Amino acid sequence: MITGAEIVIRCLQEEKVEFVFGYPGGAVLHIYDALFKQDKVKHVLVRHEQAAVHAADGLARSTHKVGVALVTSGPGATNAVTGIATAYMDSIPLVIITGQVPTHYIGQDAFQECDTVGITRPCVKHNFLVKDVNDIAITMKKAFYIANSGRPGPVVVDIPKDITAAICKFDYPKDIQMRSYTPVVKGHLGQIKKAVKLLLGAKRPMIYTGGGVILSNAAEQLTTLTRRLGFPITNTLMGLGAYPATDPQFLGMPGMHGTFEANMAMQNCDVLLAIGARFDDRVIGNPENFALQPHKIIHVDIDPSSISKRVRVDVPIVGNVPDVLEDMLKLIEAESSKTEIADWWKEIEGWRSKLCMKYTMKDVIMPQYVIEKLYEITGGNAIITSDVGQHQMWAAQYYKFDKPRRWLNSGGLGTMGVGLPYAMGAALANPGMQVACVTGEGSIQMCIQELSTAKQFRLPIKIINLNNRYLGMVRQWQEMFYGSRYAESYMDSLPDFVKLAEAYGHVGIRIERPEDVEGALKKAFVDHKDDLVFLDILTDREANVFPMVAAGKGLSEMILAEDL
Amino acid sequence: MRHIISILLENEAGALSRVAGLFSARGYNIETLTVAPTEDLSLSRLTIVTSGSDEVIEQITKQLNKLIDVIKVVDLSEAAHIERELMLIKVRATGKDREEVKRLADIFRGRIIDVTELTYVIELTGSGSKLDAFIQSIEADLILETVRTGVSGIGRGDRILKV
Ligand SMILES: Cc1ncc(C[n+]2csc(CCOP(=O)(O)OP(=O)(O)O)c2C)c(N)n1
Ligand SMILES: [Mg+2]
Repeated sequence: MITGAEIVIRCLQEEKVEFVFGYPGGAVLHIYDALFKQDKVKHVLVRHEQAAVHAADGLARSTHKVGVALVTSGPGATNAVTGIATAYMDSIPLVIITGQVPTHYIGQDAFQECDTVGITRPCVKHNFLVKDVNDIAITMKKAFYIANSGRPGPVVVDIPKDITAAICKFDYPKDIQMRSYTPVVKGHLGQIKKAVKLLLGAKRPMIYTGGGVILSNAAEQLTTLTRRLGFPITNTLMGLGAYPATDPQFLGMPGMHGTFEANMAMQNCDVLLAIGARFDDRVIGNPENFALQPHKIIHVDIDPSSISKRVRVDVPIVGNVPDVLEDMLKLIEAESSKTEIADWWKEIEGWRSKLCMKYTMKDVIMPQYVIEKLYEITGGNAIITSDVGQHQMWAAQYYKFDKPRRWLNSGGLGTMGVGLPYAMGAALANPGMQVACVTGEGSIQMCIQELSTAKQFRLPIKIINLNNRYLGMVRQWQEMFYGSRYAESYMDSLPDFVKLAEAYGHVGIRIERPEDVEGALKKAFVDHKDDLVFLDILTDREANVFPMVAAGKGLSEMILAEDL
Repeated sequence: MRHIISILLENEAGALSRVAGLFSARGYNIETLTVAPTEDLSLSRLTIVTSGSDEVIEQITKQLNKLIDVIKVVDLSEAAHIERELMLIKVRATGKDREEVKRLADIFRGRIIDVTELTYVIELTGSGSKLDAFIQSIEADLILETVRTGVSGIGRGDRILKV
């Protein structure tokens, strides 16, 4: 017989959880005591519960493992909500354990009571309130299973304090069956055959893939299939790295800040193969103006509700992406014919020759240039996290991701503040790898307190602060759509980030001239390989992100930098 | 178009609020909602009357299926089915209205289940539209109170919703 708290920890051990990100408090004291008495599961003490969930999320994104966070009841749980919603929007597998007031206090407005299950319900894949110590093990098993199967997502397990003190026998179920939850794996073969027929008959085919390919570890299958077909391909913001960005078949990212060639190919193709993507508004713009030519859409996704949600699909295939792609490949290999699409490629090369990503160097540092140098100095091999804003788009546009799970950002919810905690999770889970956080002076301040956690755990993260002294993305919209009225999009009294980094015990470097960028990056990645280095880079204040499709417009209505 | 959606779900605390929350979060409308355990007490049967375009109904069904506690979802209105709703309606029944109300209740096959000097309570079952028709046919200022259960539905013949 062991306590509920000990059972919680034993479950984590059974699930081979290496790191738990958390913050203690009254309702989880028993669990913390059980943590203290063992050394298999390591606890990472963050400085704010939001960061605990983000860091667990960063670990999950960079590894395909389930991230785990542990927070107390009431304010601990509500602080975690932003992290949970962020993970939910991007389908990241997490288990979040929240303490709750003792069962007999529930509903009495007890100290630090909140309805955690109610508050998190709309932003979790599922949640549980455990009311009996005998249910802890099975609930934890279900939580991990639900989080990391089907379309993944965060699962909250809310455990009242008295349940963690009660005792019972520990028996961890080997596997689990749930009659109400049976995710599909294999795609329907008839549908796959139809898809292959369409693909092989296409004159202007296009492949468009999203986060689902990364989440399901299907980059290899995708690459083989794409190379075999010889088709152009685009990866969304969430899907970067699924197909090597340095390969000529890769057209860059689609969408609001995607490349001209990717968007034009999306608009003008005759067969679109969408995989693990959801035709999001930031990707296809206004669905009414999507796809100009008569076309057929094939959509592979594990989640039926993603199919035909925003755009009507002709051949839906519900299934686990790698399984479906393998089935597709087998059928394609059996065909001897190769689709002849030289004319289509010629058209695409025409769009590509616009060189929509070029920018002009100035006396001040151009943010795009910093990302290009970052790419060079890290050999394209770093894990790059980002926050939300212009810097995020520049990182996505100019760092060429050749491998999956190297690009971590909040695509769905667009949460400022994720960058540093994502980097913490990634650094802990991938020791020896270079980890850089590309951020802005606005975003970094939303979880700046984590510099302290990073010091405690000696995480050699490189923070690339593209400091434009503006909430740049907001300012860009105000410039373009609000007559340059910069309402509250800049901050007076920014901190001295170099001193701030030093105050937390890190290395801080300020860079103000283009010729110093390369040297500073080398210093950070080579000389200070094992330190956290905060590079505060003063960039061109009013640089804008281009190309751009304005919100609500169609993908064909792109604004290129030279149009202005 | 009006649809009657039948759902079999785990009889767990919170399962109902997951369904209701889904409808409000995604902006789907609920005309009526009824829920009760089935002969197997681990299961609840929920009936929702909603309306929307084919695309919306398709999304509703898919989103419901995605809820972990939901076991099966059927759009009853896709094929032959029976729908019933129960209404209790309290009406003023005095003077000449007393006879008139009774006659109307008879025509609609309602039963008067409570009688006072001034009022009747009438019990009426039928499809939603039959109950509407009854309300329409009684003079509005005679109606003191109505309470309706919302629609329950079941498929005809061998259309069976079971685990
Ligand atoms: C938590 C949160 N609040 C507000 C926003 C809206 N928002 C999007 S980008 C942005 C500006 C970000 O500024 P900064 O971090 O300096 O990046 P920059 O755009 O200047 O590169 C804001 C306020 C958001 N995405 N997240
Ligand atoms: Mg900024």
